[in-house]
Amino acid sequence: MTAPPPAPHGIVELRAVTKTYPGQVHALRGVDLTIARGDLLAIVGPSGSGKSTMLHMIGTLDRPTSGTVRVAGYDVATLTDRELSALRSRQLGFVFQHFHLAPGVSALDNVADGLLYSGTGRRARRERAAAALERVGLGHRLRHRPSELSGGEQQRVALARAVAGDPPLLLADEPTGNLDSGAGAGVLSLLADLHASGTTIAIITHDAEIAGWCARQVRLRDGLIVDGHDHDHPSPVELLRGARR
Amino acid sequence: MTGHHHERPTPARLSPGDVLRVGAAGLRARPTRVILSALGIAIGIATMIAVIGISASSREQLLRQLDRLGTNLLTVAPGRTMFGEDAKLPVGALAMVQRIRPVRTAAATGGVEATVRRNNHIPDTVTGGIAVQAASTELLATLEGTVVKGAWLNAATARLPAVVLGSVAADSLGLARTGVQVWMGGRWFTVIGILGPMPLAPEIERSALVGFPAAEELLGFDGYPTTIYERSSDAAVESVRDALPRTVNPRNPEEVTVSRPSDALAAKAAATGAFTNLLLGLGAVALLVGGVGVANTMVISVLERRREIGLRRSLGATRGQVRVQFLAESLLLSALGGLVGAVLGALATTAYALSRDWPPVVPPWALGGAVAATLVIGTAAGLYPAMRAARLSPTVALATT
Repeated sequence: MTAPPPAPHGIVELRAVTKTYPGQVHALRGVDLTIARGDLLAIVGPSGSGKSTMLHMIGTLDRPTSGTVRVAGYDVATLTDRELSALRSRQLGFVFQHFHLAPGVSALDNVADGLLYSGTGRRARRERAAAALERVGLGHRLRHRPSELSGGEQQRVALARAVAGDPPLLLADEPTGNLDSGAGAGVLSLLADLHASGTTIAIITHDAEIAGWCARQVRLRDGLIVDGHDHDHPSPVELLRGARR
Repeated sequence: MTGHHHERPTPARLSPGDVLRVGAAGLRARPTRVILSALGIAIGIATMIAVIGISASSREQLLRQLDRLGTNLLTVAPGRTMFGEDAKLPVGALAMVQRIRPVRTAAATGGVEATVRRNNHIPDTVTGGIAVQAASTELLATLEGTVVKGAWLNAATARLPAVVLGSVAADSLGLARTGVQVWMGGRWFTVIGILGPMPLAPEIERSALVGFPAAEELLGFDGYPTTIYERSSDAAVESVRDALPRTVNPRNPEEVTVSRPSDALAAKAAATGAFTNLLLGLGAVALLVGGVGVANTMVISVLERRREIGLRRSLGATRGQVRVQFLAESLLLSALGGLVGAVLGALATTAYALSRDWPPVVPPWALGGAVAATLVIGTAAGLYPAMRAARLSPTVALATT
């Protein structure tokens, strides 16, 4: 078996990326960032620093005003909207602060729906959804509706939906923003487990404590990266295990 | 070198089953709204189906009646002379008609200048629209009529002061039984029979009938027949029709009018559909309003579900797939209304037809048209909201809280 040549670039590469919104709002003003495969990265900054725009760029939900965005080796500028959608369905998983679960739909179907656009058949979708829910510790809650779940459980359903298709890159936007600290720690510990099993994770947050758990931090202010360094801690998994004791 | 990707990413296709499932899931989430907006379509479709169904049932009823009554009855009446005066049929006309070979049975009536009243205290001028006529004894058989009460005239009663009333005449005199006396032409006559309805000869329904001899003797009847009824075999109707004027009045055949009473019924059957156009238009307006309701529901739905749209885009849905989702939803909503409407329309048709003793008929083309109409409406109503949903930028959609 011939292994593909090691990618010379990271899974995400931003080069001189700017984003200007109508009304001369400069959300990003020339950002360079490489996310390597296997990274656990925090993008930190106060509100208005350009964090959300960064998420949109990395998540291919929007295009830069100038500069280059590459995700999984594809230059976003060369892809059509359809192709970007296909890229997202295969390469990216999203977790949002507000969970975005369909009310009145079981946890299993919420997760299975996440695979709708990946070309997986209905049976296989539900099997993989059940496996993903098992993985986030909700194997006993498959038939529950979001309204019957706690906030932490809802975010774990959303996490299961994001990883059910095994995307190489997981983007989490304030994943613990709506949770109490106990539930938040549970979600972080799941993210750490996912990272340990090989998923590249980028967490967008304004919470320095969560950022501190990540191996690598990128600080944003006024649309520029002001500080990007590797964390001293050896591994976030060990860190979390330490925190649990 | 960045050439380690040779293929561009291609989105997976949604299977038709998944499209329907996603559309149905959107509807299930808001049942009240779905029911209310589907109701608009249902009312429109039900109206149209009922209008078409009821008129088809009525036509079917007329056609069956025509079938039952037959189309082989011809009537002969005097026309006008070449000087514009009322012509008369010869006194011997009936006997001549009876001699035409294909004629199976023939009968005559003759107008009598008399009125019929319950008693002699009611003034002459009040006729109640009832004509007094002399009738030959073959009339009942020729018209294939029925006697509801009492008996028809026979050779004996045709000579007596006895009268048989048509169904309408009996009604307007307020008579429901035989054996009573009525005042006719200055003397009492005994009612010996009441006839059933005669759809091919409504003029008989409105008549008081006495025998030819009695009419001549007691009421001063001149003996000239005013209408001759005859039946022949179906195949011979046209030839008999041609032969009748010459037979009845060999010297002035142009003074004789021949007509086929079933033609009027057939024309009525053909015309039954025409007056429904206005009602159909009403149904179409209801349907249009229903379609606007669906469009409105879909627009609101798209506004409310921006986050869902954003999420689906982040999960990899293409614009086309979002568009198809909302279009499917609109189509399902409209089809649901159409289905309910078709059932309601068919039920209304059946109920109305049965209450009138008609055969209930819902033409399949009307049901097919209803399905087509709901598909067109669903598409038209869903197109704009679906395009809006598809155009929504994923970042804007996700930013909605």
